[in-house]
Amino acid sequence: MTAIESRPTASEPVLLPTGAIEACDFSFFYGKKQALFDVSLAIEPRAVTALIGPSGCGKSTFLRSINRLNDTIPGTRHSGEILLDNDDVYSKGTDIVALRQRVGMVFQRWNPFPTSIYDNVVYGPRINGVRSRSELDAIAEDALRRAALWDEVRGRLRTSALGLSGGQQQRLCIARALANQPEVLLLDEPASALDPIATQKIEALLYELKSQLTIVIVTHNLQQAARISDRTAFFFLGKLVEADTTDRIFTRPREDRTEAYITGRFG
Amino acid sequence: MVSLTYIAAALATLPLIFILVHLVRAGAASINPAFFMQMPKPVGESGGGMANAIVGTLILISIAATVGLPIGIGAGLYLAEHKGKRLANTVRFLSDVLNGLPSIVMGIFAWQFLVRPAGHFSALAGGIALGVMMIPLVTRTTEEMIRIVPNSLREAALALGYQRWRTSLSIILRTALPGIVTGALVAVARVAGETAPLLFTAFGNQFWSAAIQRPIAALPLQIFTYAISPYDAWHSQAWAGALVLIGIVLVISIAARLATRSRFGSAVD
Ligand SMILES: Nc1ncnc2c1ncn2[C@@H]1O[C@H](COP(=O)(O)OP(=O)(O)O)[C@@H](O)[C@H]1O
Ligand SMILES: [Mg+2]
Repeated sequence: MTAIESRPTASEPVLLPTGAIEACDFSFFYGKKQALFDVSLAIEPRAVTALIGPSGCGKSTFLRSINRLNDTIPGTRHSGEILLDNDDVYSKGTDIVALRQRVGMVFQRWNPFPTSIYDNVVYGPRINGVRSRSELDAIAEDALRRAALWDEVRGRLRTSALGLSGGQQQRLCIARALANQPEVLLLDEPASALDPIATQKIEALLYELKSQLTIVIVTHNLQQAARISDRTAFFFLGKLVEADTTDRIFTRPREDRTEAYITGRFG
Repeated sequence: MVSLTYIAAALATLPLIFILVHLVRAGAASINPAFFMQMPKPVGESGGGMANAIVGTLILISIAATVGLPIGIGAGLYLAEHKGKRLANTVRFLSDVLNGLPSIVMGIFAWQFLVRPAGHFSALAGGIALGVMMIPLVTRTTEEMIRIVPNSLREAALALGYQRWRTSLSIILRTALPGIVTGALVAVARVAGETAPLLFTAFGNQFWSAAIQRPIAALPLQIFTYAISPYDAWHSQAWAGALVLIGIVLVISIAARLATRSRFGSAVD
């Protein structure tokens, strides 16, 4: 699949192509340990980019640098820039709260709050000051529909989120992120702990969503990367080895290390 | 070795069983509606109750909870969110020391700083002394309960655009709440039976009083007074009082148990 397919058709509203991410010589350190080395990577808006590579090569670190979630770990620092729609997310003027609302995140281990399904979804809008009941209801329904969960939970929005299956909880976490109307959705191995059917639902969902926002997904599963992504970036030992269209990476990679990884010779 | 632990486990529960059995045998006979509704009778008259002491104890632990819970929970939240910092370590250490402070010392201090300046004994002074004793207990459990809230929830909140303090208050505190409530109730139960801090603060009162600026009756004090008296009738009243006190503590402990079952299940697995 190519980027052409993800462009809005004439009948759809034309969405502004926001959500472009560009890392420029980005390095990241946990204390003395350097986890990322001069990563330069342009991430296309409104497409799915897969980050692949062996464990510990810095995929999560890179992802968590985009929404500055790694800032919360004491002793970390960075150099270089990550631009979101041409503004450095690390510049002094950045409002981290606003940044994290623009850039949603979904984690490997689903982490709904121990409250109702409804309350989980509207957490983000609520802290933004949305108080009106009807508005919150509309946001919740919209987000749950976009996360392909509405039909399964519509009758039990007031029940505990923790009563849902793992796959449903993960889609609830996606809905919770979507309720903030983000431009970018970051997913860190969102399906690695799910069974194949639940995984397939998440993949179908991401395919639906990519016309609406920029998706960056870390995955260990190469078939998954091949199935759902438009572009793939291969990380190795904290460095970006190669990034290109997914087709190209899986058929004619430029680098030997990329080929070795995707053919299963290591990692 | 394993069988030794069984024996130890049995020995650990034995005192409670022994005490309960004995209390029921010695005290149950005096427990009747009058015990809860009536005032103590003068020496020589039979019957009477401990209504004033029961109400007094409830008032004292209400004051104690009002003082101890907000400070303890706040301090616990602070400690959990600033772990590793020098000030936090100091606060934790001092809180542990406070926890180890003999309760009679707490009573003397309350007398020195609350009773003496006011010029009279009062329920307020007693309640504050008990409340201060609660603080380190509540601080500790709050900190521990917040610590076991999974980091993934914290990150989920931050990733949604929560500020740190909001994350602490609305996600962490709420998730830890059942555990904190349990800790709070355990602390209340713990101070409900304290006698020493009340000796020179609440002082006790043979008459009806619910005024917090006056001396007030309390079950532990009443039990103490009756138990050291030379009268058999008072002795059995003391046993009955002890039984009621244990009953109150038991009810609070059961409430604590129920509180741990939160409505939405626990996020802490
Ligand atoms: N909180 C942390 N503190 C210190 N080192 C970390 C931390 N998180 C990750 N690292 C290190 O950074 C490197 C990259 O980790 P990570 O980004 O999690 O890799 P991946 O997601 O590709 O498996 C690893 O060597 C890891 O040990
Ligand atoms: Mg990772």
